Amino acid sequence: MTDAKVIPFDDDRARRRGRGVGRPASGSAAPATEPAPDRREPGPEVVAPRGAPGPDGDADRDAGIGGRGSEPGVLDRLLGDGWDRRAAHGLSFLRRRLTGDYPVDDFGYDADLTEQVLMSLLRPVYEKYFRVDVRGVEHLPEAGAALVVANHSGTLPWDGLMLQVAVHDHHPADRHLRLLAADLVFALPVVGELARKAGHTLACAQDAQQLLSRGELVGVMPEGFKGIGKPFADRYKLQRFGRGGFVSTALRAGAPIVPCSIVGAEEIYPMVGNAKTLARLLGVPYFPLTPTFPWLGPLGAVPLPTKWTIQFGEPIPTDGYAPEAADDPMLMFNLTDQVRETIQRTLYHLLVQRRSVFF
Amino acid sequence: MGRVVLVTGAARRIGGRFVRRLQRESDVDSVLAVDVVPPDEPLGDAEFVQADIRHPSIGKLVVGRAVDTVVHLDVGGGPSAGRRSRAAVKETNVIGTMQLLGACRQAPAMRRLVVRSSTHVYGGAPRDAAVCEETTVSGTLPGGGFAKDTVEVEGYVRGFARRRPDISVTVLRFADILGSALDEGLAGYFALPVLPTVLGYDPRLQFVHEDDALDVLALAAGEPRRGTLPDGTFNIAGDGVLLLSQCARRLGRPTLPLVLPALSWAGTALRTVGATDFSPEYVRLLTYGRVVRTSLMRDMLGFEPRYTTAEALAGFARRHGPGLLPPRAVARAVDRVQEAVRP
Repeated sequence: MTDAKVIPFDDDRARRRGRGVGRPASGSAAPATEPAPDRREPGPEVVAPRGAPGPDGDADRDAGIGGRGSEPGVLDRLLGDGWDRRAAHGLSFLRRRLTGDYPVDDFGYDADLTEQVLMSLLRPVYEKYFRVDVRGVEHLPEAGAALVVANHSGTLPWDGLMLQVAVHDHHPADRHLRLLAADLVFALPVVGELARKAGHTLACAQDAQQLLSRGELVGVMPEGFKGIGKPFADRYKLQRFGRGGFVSTALRAGAPIVPCSIVGAEEIYPMVGNAKTLARLLGVPYFPLTPTFPWLGPLGAVPLPTKWTIQFGEPIPTDGYAPEAADDPMLMFNLTDQVRETIQRTLYHLLVQRRSVFF
Repeated sequence: MGRVVLVTGAARRIGGRFVRRLQRESDVDSVLAVDVVPPDEPLGDAEFVQADIRHPSIGKLVVGRAVDTVVHLDVGGGPSAGRRSRAAVKETNVIGTMQLLGACRQAPAMRRLVVRSSTHVYGGAPRDAAVCEETTVSGTLPGGGFAKDTVEVEGYVRGFARRRPDISVTVLRFADILGSALDEGLAGYFALPVLPTVLGYDPRLQFVHEDDALDVLALAAGEPRRGTLPDGTFNIAGDGVLLLSQCARRLGRPTLPLVLPALSWAGTALRTVGATDFSPEYVRLLTYGRVVRTSLMRDMLGFEPRYTTAEALAGFARRHGPGLLPPRAVARAVDRVQEAVRP
């Protein structure tokens, strides 16, 4: 057995150094001389492409029991194949971050950070926790501006983040959704900074107009705080859609409006009460009381693992209107109602289809 | 007959450079450089007039010398004002501008007025649009300091433009100017060995290269080119945006995140010991950042900056050397780790 322990190291190095050194066919040739250099050289611990079948595999396993030289095998097994490639990738990311060598757009969208870190953090929540089912991604344009209008719910804006992941991961062109958020988000430290880096900006006509004119995919939740902070009893009842500012913005930019219905976000924090006085003291629009929050402290802030569906609807074109149409209040109200009705109808439709809140 | 140009704030670095540059313009006959203190650097053939623009004597100068173009650069509050107290700076900014505009109103030869302003007029608050346009009116106007002075100065200049419609008035709102000297905007801040930042905020910043600033001033002070209309207010900034964290890393300077009140306090402390003039409006800039749209500058003024924001910062980094964590050394360290990991 001692022979068997030694050979794999030699074998490994031989493969790494070059094709010239022959692989010992059996465990009898090298043992006397090889162990010594191995002890001096920590090389094979660090990286070695592994996973060769047959005798190597056995040898690896033996080595794994044996001690020092075992790390490559263990690392590979712990971190999975190609971990060295991922490490290199991570290090080049680290290099870019540490030297400040990455681009940021006018709104502070940091594509590098969003792709590499923020999305990877949200993806497990999206795939494993809420198990989001996305339908109708084909309604989002391949290129060019569009305004995605979605319902808003769930006390904390998880729905916005999940919508962002849904668009990014499912759209064939990997488009990035630029969400319009409330000013409260940008007033908060850390949260505001991350929101800007993730590509979100303030929900105001000027920013929305700018983004659309740059051909971005912009997401807006016109219900605002009325939607996200509504009591559990009102779930899936759409609130007023602001003053319809999103419609005139889309009209001015000639961008199609894509209605989007999100099912599942309403139940993540069943808001049974609202501590209004406390909210006023804290300067927030509402302070939710759920069956778990704030009674269980931070644990109560963990959302319930509901099953989500995000459905994108047929785009509503806006390029057929005259330029002055954006100032016509009747048209605004009609279009706003049309978008709202579409989302509400789709919500009811999805709710009927849903088997249970959690599955 | 050539033009007679009067430049205020000539003792500052940018004023001095602009005076020297103006003498190279073919249609400029003579340049009058005005400031309260004598300039550190020679002004070439320009005539230096040691005068206080808060004093009515400036009127005699403007009328008596038949000045036709006034370039008002003495609106500041940045570090160069460190030589004077805050009250004196405010006096110069506001009363000085009023006095100067009063003088210009009496001057029959006046044809052109260029005023240096700053993007600080936009204030900066979380409920403001991310990208400010010239027409943007902030919901939260600057409450004090240099930023408030600028708002007031612009107000007087607008009033002047209404009363003398025959004079072409250009207001240039500069983003922070980065150049060789440390007396402009954020330059003094970036020269600190450790940059205090606001915890939890990473502001978006824009810079103008000093050479671009001089070019656009010369452009505005000269005869308008065909197809451009230099009247009005223009944002001047290099293309692109850098986050403060990015700037710090590119300059190789470590950051020290402080909670907001502590930063204000640190600013006061630094100002007291004279390390830098870290005025309160910069705390706001370093909290919420500020980005302006520059399409009017391109389309109406006809100015195309040579340096982007990143290039302006790179030039600054080259001139002043890297800080404690040179980006090249950091990159090398990461590369070494990568070498060690590579099979």
